[in-house]
Amino acid sequence: MIEAPSNPTQYIQHHLTNLSWSVDKANAGFFTLNLDTLIYSILLGGIFLFLFRFAAKRATAGVPGKLQSCVELMVMFVDNLVKETFHGKSKLIAPLALTIFMWVFLMNLMDLLPVDLLPSLGRAVGVPYMRVVPTTDLNLTFAMSISVFILVIVYNISIKGPWAFFKELTCTPFGPYLFFINFPLAIVHELSKPLSLALRLFGNLYAGELIFILIALLPWWIQWIPGSMWAIFHILIILLQAFIFMMLTIVYLSMAHESH
Amino acid sequence: MNLNLTLLGQMITFSLLVIFTMKYIWPLIAKALQEREATIANGLAAAERGRRDLELAQHKVGELLRDAKLQAAEIVDQASKRATRIVEDAKEQAHKEGNRLIHLARDDIEQERLRAKADLQHDITAMAVAGAAKILGGRIDISANNDMIKQLLSEVSSE
Repeated sequence: MIEAPSNPTQYIQHHLTNLSWSVDKANAGFFTLNLDTLIYSILLGGIFLFLFRFAAKRATAGVPGKLQSCVELMVMFVDNLVKETFHGKSKLIAPLALTIFMWVFLMNLMDLLPVDLLPSLGRAVGVPYMRVVPTTDLNLTFAMSISVFILVIVYNISIKGPWAFFKELTCTPFGPYLFFINFPLAIVHELSKPLSLALRLFGNLYAGELIFILIALLPWWIQWIPGSMWAIFHILIILLQAFIFMMLTIVYLSMAHESH
Repeated sequence: MNLNLTLLGQMITFSLLVIFTMKYIWPLIAKALQEREATIANGLAAAERGRRDLELAQHKVGELLRDAKLQAAEIVDQASKRATRIVEDAKEQAHKEGNRLIHLARDDIEQERLRAKADLQHDITAMAVAGAAKILGGRIDISANNDMIKQLLSEVSSE
């Protein structure tokens, strides 16, 4: 049994520390793995894949069951969004959007679990730190946004051709003679995509979690008022953030397909 | 809070999730949805067709029923006409037969009367001849006086 943190500062810090494993034990540098983020995200990703694969294998043209209806509803929802936004043929974008939405949603959903539930259980079995919401880890949000960014670059080059992409970076918006202004602008414009994508999701969920932690510091008899209010409001936020991440991914990828 | 190797791990995880979804989840569901859409569209079309068929059939039934009623009425009409005619014919036949029988009877009666009259004439003639013979005291040549007597008799009988 590991000692529970005694004062509020410790409590908050404890809640914001990842369970990590470093190559260099003394100095936690870049070569560190946040085990809680990895495990929870893979677990939730696994749940998503399992549920959807289960429904997909049994999917027939006949009358669907409850799970199948639910899964089909999600698929149709994402498919319609992609069809409305993205005018082109791509086997990747719709499944990518679905994966992003479901994965981010499930990870955000962990925020609605009582803030001390899993960390206390972990402490009971000897795990000193545990952050159960993977989307409050910058590593995860950046991993997703950088992956999307790489796809955007790849699509830009493969659809438009390297030369057209280069011209787009250097010759817009002010024409070829002002390329020394255009190019930095374009770079900032492109780099702002993954940055804003990652930081928006991270910021919303991090702040949400922090507020849950602060609410947990209140006396027990008053917690239910701000707690329930924030939790109900948070249902909206976790859905919205998952949706925004997916929607912006679709938009960025469709922008990569169409020249300005 | 620092960025670290977790980033790479998550990127790998993310790629795997996306690839799995793309290969093993999306196509199956999309296919099932398309098939169901086609099935439902077919079903709706079939229902529409069935409804139209039913309407046509009902229309046809109405027509047939009307025709049948018309025919039945015609048949009844004809039958009653025929019956009337048969009755009329029978009446006429009976009338004729009756008339015929009456004529026959009349003829018979007439003949009977004529025969009776002839017999009577004959008898009277004989009696007259016999009477005259007695009166005259001799035999009368019947053949010679017959004409006279006959004339007499016809005068008597015509009175």
